[in-house]
Amino acid sequence: MRKLVLGLIGVAALSLAAGPKAEAQQPKRGGTLNFAISAETPQYDCHGSDTYATLHFSSPFYSTLLRYNLNKFPDVEGDLAKSWTVSPDKKTYTFTLHDGVKFHDGTPFSSADIKATYDRLRNPPKGVVSTRSATFADIESIETPNPTTVVFKLKSVNSSMLDHFASPWNCVYSAKDLAADPAGPRTKINGTGPFVFVEHVKGSHVAGKRNDAYFKKGLPYLDGFRGIFTLQAAAMLNALQGGQVLAEFRGVSPADRDRMVSAMGNKLRVEESSWTLNLLVLFNTEKPPFNDVRVRKALLLAIDRWGGSKGLSRISTLRAVGGVVRPGSPLATPEAELVKLPGFGKDIKAARAEARRLLKEAGHEKLKFTLWNRNLAMPYTPAGIFLVDQWRQIGVEVEHKQSDTAPYIAAMRSGNYEVAIDFSNLFNDDPTLSLTKFLSASKNPLNLARYDDPEIDRLYELQLREGDLNKRRAHIQALEKRLFEQAYQQPILWWHRIVLSHKTVMGWKMSPSHNLGQDLADVWLNQ
Amino acid sequence: MANAPSAMQANSAVTLPKRPNPVLTFIRQQPMGAASFVVIAIMMFAGLFPHLVSPYNPLDIDFSSILGAPSWEHWLGTDAFGRDILSRIIYGSRTALVIGFASSALGSGIGAVLGIASAYFGGRVDNWIQRFVDILLAFPIIVLALVVVAALRKTVVYGVDVNLIIAIAIPIIPRVARVVRAAALSVNVMPYIDAARAAGYSDTRIIFRHMAPNVVAPFLIMFTAFIAQAILLEASLSFLGLGVTEPTAAWGLMLSGNAADFFREAPWMIIFPGVAISLAVFAFNLFGDSLRDYLDPRFKT
Repeated sequence: MRKLVLGLIGVAALSLAAGPKAEAQQPKRGGTLNFAISAETPQYDCHGSDTYATLHFSSPFYSTLLRYNLNKFPDVEGDLAKSWTVSPDKKTYTFTLHDGVKFHDGTPFSSADIKATYDRLRNPPKGVVSTRSATFADIESIETPNPTTVVFKLKSVNSSMLDHFASPWNCVYSAKDLAADPAGPRTKINGTGPFVFVEHVKGSHVAGKRNDAYFKKGLPYLDGFRGIFTLQAAAMLNALQGGQVLAEFRGVSPADRDRMVSAMGNKLRVEESSWTLNLLVLFNTEKPPFNDVRVRKALLLAIDRWGGSKGLSRISTLRAVGGVVRPGSPLATPEAELVKLPGFGKDIKAARAEARRLLKEAGHEKLKFTLWNRNLAMPYTPAGIFLVDQWRQIGVEVEHKQSDTAPYIAAMRSGNYEVAIDFSNLFNDDPTLSLTKFLSASKNPLNLARYDDPEIDRLYELQLREGDLNKRRAHIQALEKRLFEQAYQQPILWWHRIVLSHKTVMGWKMSPSHNLGQDLADVWLNQ
Repeated sequence: MANAPSAMQANSAVTLPKRPNPVLTFIRQQPMGAASFVVIAIMMFAGLFPHLVSPYNPLDIDFSSILGAPSWEHWLGTDAFGRDILSRIIYGSRTALVIGFASSALGSGIGAVLGIASAYFGGRVDNWIQRFVDILLAFPIIVLALVVVAALRKTVVYGVDVNLIIAIAIPIIPRVARVVRAAALSVNVMPYIDAARAAGYSDTRIIFRHMAPNVVAPFLIMFTAFIAQAILLEASLSFLGLGVTEPTAAWGLMLSGNAADFFREAPWMIIFPGVAISLAVFAFNLFGDSLRDYLDPRFKT
């Protein structure tokens, strides 16, 4: 153990020492980057996906209007947009686009493609799924006065709009392709990104080659890439150690990190960050006894997050205790306030006594139910084991049901579950993004807890339209309090991101989201 | 005539040889079998009354004891959640035995019925049953179990996954059917079976009253051997994530999940469940072998 700690310190020190020097090196052209993708996307369409598996697969082939500058996260920079302006009333966004951009099939890119893409995102035609229609509901119209200018007019002020434009999920598609087949992007790839699609061998890999006509001159550096699907963590780690893959960009567990550090020493780069991901516990509020707030609240009170964080952070990617906004980010609820909310108190004995009282009062002292969970080892299984143990301590008997993602999602969406572990996969810290999940079911079909709460909707609207940071923070905290008092759903713990790569992989930027920075345009190999 | 009473007296004085106690004979003839039975008995006791022998609740998480080495507090150490490994092995024996016994009983029972029916009826019935058995035998045992468990998913009744039992039982059926058929074929040509037919007994009566008892020996041997096989299959399926789910204490499950992440740091996480599986499989196999040797008359000549 001591050796391992010393090794870790050594590697960290070496990384720090070598980092700036290495980054200052002149990028080299050529080579193929083999990297691991630990899940295989079921389809290619970014607009209808919520899984990183789609982005790690598709991002190198596409561009977006704006994107995050990972050197100064969460600042936003242009991608297809060369520049932009926002009107003084904050209701008109005008973008000037790069000239001379071409899709991989040779079609010239223009503002019409941006309009077609955003029309599809905000108002998908029949047969097309856009999980971002609510995000862009404030767009009133999109105008294209000339091929290099696009103007978005909003119905009302939306303080998150620039972040929404920088979403990695807004892959820009060709208007011509969408006119021919609106659902085409599910199965065909034609973007303006740094790499051209070569092949997708199911169960094996996705491959891309350099787009020689890429509009950012000199990029990309790589000749190509190959994303290899390594669904088993052990297989991925072995491939990384053996050099068959040079990186895995989503994240690994602390145990995996320690193993690789001791195996690879200073050949390995370890980068760590807090993560814009959390696991939540949610209750099906339509199913008795979970339609009773006392039962829900009792179950939240029984969870010792602070104790769990200490243990789980050693064995899983779960780490930080936080509310609805990533802890440590500007609009997050400070710990002093958080501990006053149900489920976050530090006196767990008192909380569990209150939980037992509530269950007794509700007539469910011998409560039994099934906890639905995904059968992904990290960190879903540890979270499930943890919750079962926590609830057992107030006399509740839980059957832990782990299933494949498809039946799990089907059960969640059809309401065929009692209690479940869900996830919130975000790409930034803007609260609008994370809070959309908690809107009433009548406004948000993805509200899996299936409640309608006008107060939550009201507070959501208030924070969305508020320009003053302090007032916005107050609205967010009020929403959070309401959500937890009603105990509809609640984050268990936030994740901690650990990315491993060979030191020969250069130019890739670490960020708090595994959804960002995956177009690989700036990545090069120092071989 | 005068000698007659004395002859009778002499006859009555002859003491018939005492019938040996079968248990003692088994112990004397098959000491390894007896030893394996002791292991099985201990396992069964632990499985039936785990709360009496287990030092901790197997589900108790203790984050202050994560990956603890074997010690006086935790004889076999703790796992990544600080759970006591000895307690999880003891409770895991219940999972192994319930699934092992139930699967083997179901598979061997159906296999025996099919085997006897096949031998008794012969002709087309025999042909159809044997071709069905051939199809099932064409699949490796683990592959067949994997297919069945993936197709059936989970149906939990009183904490036991019934579909897992069925999945493990199905590969057992053809193997038992083939062996029992072979034994039943030799019984089928015995004069007492002909006599039963001539007496007009029903097929059911002949099968269950006259044939089945005479194929009990191979059946019992197969049954015990397949308990071991079923325990191993259950552990394999749990290891692959298709058996029981966490936090249930199960031996196969103890070898997967976090154990794969931490076995270098805490080797006891995989050593002791592995030993438990090996010991159980070894004990049932050895007991089955000993039972065969003890019951098979050919081994007595």
